Amino acid sequence: MLWEALSLQLGYNATLVAIGATLLGVSAGVTGTFLFLRKRALVSDAISHATLPGVCLAFMALVAFGGDGRNLIGLLAGSAVSAWVGLLCMNWLTRHTRLAEDAAIGAVLSVFFGFGIVLLTVIQTMGVGRQAGLEGFLLGSTAGMLWADAMVIAIGGAATLVLVMIIRRPMTMVAFDPEYAAARGLPVHRIDLAMMGLVMAVTVVGLKIVGLILIVALLIIPAVTARFWTDRSDRVVLLAGLAGGLAGYLGAGLSASAPNLPTGPIIVLVSFGFFALSLLFAPVRGVLAAVLRHLRFQRRVHIRQGLLALAQGQKIYEPLTIRLLRRAGVVRADGVATDEGKARAAKALRDEKRWEIVRSDLAHEATAALYDGLRDIETVLTLDQIAEIDRRIGGPQEITP
Amino acid sequence: MLELATVQGESVEEQGVDHSPLAIRGMTVSYGQKPAVFSVDMTVQPGAMTAIIGPNGAGKSTLLKAALGIVSPLSGQVTVFGQPLEDQRARIAYVPQRASVDWDFPTRVIDVILMGLSRQLGLLGRVRARHKARAMDCLNRVGMREFADRQIGQLSGGQQQRVFLARALAQDADLYLLDEPFAGVDAATEKAIIAVLKSLKEAGKTVVVVHHDLATVADYFDHVFLINTRKVAEGSVAQAFTAETLQSAYGGRLATAQIDQISRALG
Amino acid sequence: MSGEEFVPLSLTPLLIGTFAAIACALPGNFLVLRKQALIGDAISHVVLPGIVVAFLLTGAISTWPMMLGAAGAAVVAVVMIEAIRRLGQIEPGAAMGVVFTTMFAGGVLLLEQTDTSTVHLDVEHALYGNLESLIWLDATGWQSLLDVQALAGLPPELPRIALTMVGVILFTWLFWRPLKISTFDEGFARTIGIRTGVLGMALVITAAIAAVAAFDAVGSIIVIAMFICPPAAARMMTNRLETQIAWSVIFATVSAVFGYVLAGYGPLWLGGEDAVSAAGMIATISGLMLALTAVFGPCRTRSGAPSHA
Repeated sequence: MLWEALSLQLGYNATLVAIGATLLGVSAGVTGTFLFLRKRALVSDAISHATLPGVCLAFMALVAFGGDGRNLIGLLAGSAVSAWVGLLCMNWLTRHTRLAEDAAIGAVLSVFFGFGIVLLTVIQTMGVGRQAGLEGFLLGSTAGMLWADAMVIAIGGAATLVLVMIIRRPMTMVAFDPEYAAARGLPVHRIDLAMMGLVMAVTVVGLKIVGLILIVALLIIPAVTARFWTDRSDRVVLLAGLAGGLAGYLGAGLSASAPNLPTGPIIVLVSFGFFALSLLFAPVRGVLAAVLRHLRFQRRVHIRQGLLALAQGQKIYEPLTIRLLRRAGVVRADGVATDEGKARAAKALRDEKRWEIVRSDLAHEATAALYDGLRDIETVLTLDQIAEIDRRIGGPQEITP
Repeated sequence: MLELATVQGESVEEQGVDHSPLAIRGMTVSYGQKPAVFSVDMTVQPGAMTAIIGPNGAGKSTLLKAALGIVSPLSGQVTVFGQPLEDQRARIAYVPQRASVDWDFPTRVIDVILMGLSRQLGLLGRVRARHKARAMDCLNRVGMREFADRQIGQLSGGQQQRVFLARALAQDADLYLLDEPFAGVDAATEKAIIAVLKSLKEAGKTVVVVHHDLATVADYFDHVFLINTRKVAEGSVAQAFTAETLQSAYGGRLATAQIDQISRALG
Repeated sequence: MSGEEFVPLSLTPLLIGTFAAIACALPGNFLVLRKQALIGDAISHVVLPGIVVAFLLTGAISTWPMMLGAAGAAVVAVVMIEAIRRLGQIEPGAAMGVVFTTMFAGGVLLLEQTDTSTVHLDVEHALYGNLESLIWLDATGWQSLLDVQALAGLPPELPRIALTMVGVILFTWLFWRPLKISTFDEGFARTIGIRTGVLGMALVITAAIAAVAAFDAVGSIIVIAMFICPPAAARMMTNRLETQIAWSVIFATVSAVFGYVLAGYGPLWLGGEDAVSAAGMIATISGLMLALTAVFGPCRTRSGAPSHA
């Protein structure tokens, strides 16, 4: 069943949903990356919640003018308008009052959503087709989706993607360094608004599939996931698109393969699965790698500090240092340095002295910047340079205990 | 002690550690993989004014924050008046960098000073007239008495710095630690702050200041502590604030001409 | 309106709404000042999975396990956000976004997978509660307030939220000084021996408890609105924290009362027949008040420090 779903053999609608979800995943992942790099990930939360009153008002307007309240294009247009109003309110609050962005986001999302709920209850009492399935916009519902609806989503997803690709360069620049971008003459504020516009477009397109509460996940999670794998912004964009698309495709497939597996939540959970794997196992930024690196680093710091203390005849207080020194064969169980330990300690102190010369010498400025207390001097200077420094230090000095 | 001291043939002054207002041993602090402070020992002299100096990013503030437990070090031990830090909190007053707080916070100048009295006030103690009077007295000492009811965001940078100093005064500590108190303040504020610090010293208190202006070191301070990730030198101004130590701490970053000027000024 | 009608039908929902609003607004003040306003948003989203898991474990809709489940989920969420933020070096907003959407998705999935047709547990209820139904049928008028038998028939949500509110007030009162100091200047707070990490966690847990208790009665949308809107509006009114707290309580109360009344009677005045969602209306009113204070409030603009003197 799952295989059939994934190979798009579960009927026309399921196939369209899968394609739509994939396109949506890609464009949400890509768009969300810019939002994430701009450190405004949760703005999407305000935008998505602010769609609700628009959906309701559009429905009421459509009914009032005698149309079909469930016309998807009409509802999506309404949601876009109210999301835009919400976005403007949020921007106004942060620019013109003392509120920080987080409070502005929270205020807009809760108030717009609350107002949307009020309108929903009004619609309930209008007696036109019992809420007209508008609740589906909260959590998404792909069941019983019309062919035309699926087409709207697929086309919308593709169109958003094209737009993102067109303005990705200026968005990257603004996300990376807004002040530099402004100095280069880029209209930062307008690019920000364009970025928000794209987020809004993704949100609107995704309403029917994942619903307004969970669309936020599609915008944020793939970007965060991708960030673990690379430090280059263009690759983050690419990987986020990939992660989002894959999550959309797998999620839609999974949800079609069995009953009671709602599309939106499944896509989000698949996406989170990718995130969790990246968080733990990504090669450089992953937790596992970071923990190992930190332990190694801590060991180096303690051993180095211990060697320096030994060389200068100082008492070592840290139990961890003593334990590490003992394990490295630098000191015996009774705390006295071994012959090898003495040699290493002398070398450490001599290296410190060499570094000191390097760091006080203008000619070595670039090298001096590499000093971190741990780096072996042989790795940054040639043997000739070291010999020259040793000449300046003078003959080997005995360590005064 | 450290290389430089060893080279100059000075002996290790271990006996000073036991009663030093602030003694740091083997302190290493790192942000990520690069230590900001590496294996630093420091012994602050009682009843003196000590400047911590070094180039930008040399770990001056980090050392202070680690000593106070605001950031956690990778290794190292701190004693305050010969005791563990936690037992001696009441005897320390800390003046953070001005930029470290949100000055739009809804509070008045007098409320900030009263924060310095929170140990006396406890959790629920009421602010009484004597507390208010004490707070006003502290404001008076920094020349900010008439600003008591202002919202803190309405002050200039120098005034904000003085408010922070007044809060430290309210703590009535024995050891005062100040992080860049002269950064971006006007000349009048600098004068006012240094006058207060000198009066603290006269009262037998110990003052440690993270400082960036080499030109004023000799005027303001008795002792210096030069740091550039590692300790470079420590001692009285005459001993440790020399062309050689400065060259060692600042390397190529301090123009030779400037060093000459300073060492000439020192005679 | 006479007491005979008001007391059984409107008094309890009004009180519950007001208490919930105040219980959320109080910790909200500190969350807004700490730039953690969206913690409230995150907490209110993860209440749903907490409740569903509690239901699955106990197999019944009973209040205490569910409140425990929700509070547990809030703590799990906060710990996860913190872990992701630190371990992955992700900015807090994005870390929050990852955690609460995932947990919410998990909650919805569990709900769909479980047969809850026999019990009243659904997403809509979780979002906007059912304040209107919390009526006091045993009451006959004001005199019922003195009638022990009638009092026994009070909706159980009322004592629960009242107790929560008292707890939140106590917490704020007891830890007022450390809360204020550590919110303003965390570094200084640590040097005078305040355990800022523990205190910050205690604040979040208090907010979570308020959120859970309020959620139980009024749904999560009010919770977010009350965490943020009254404190944000109060921020525009004053430059003193004490006064700000007082304003936030006033705004919370006014939102709850006006919102409830407008939801119940507004449509009737406009010629409609049925009431609209009270929770939604309370959120809307709080937003209107924020809008008014943002335009007219005496202290609406930043008075931040000039960076140089």
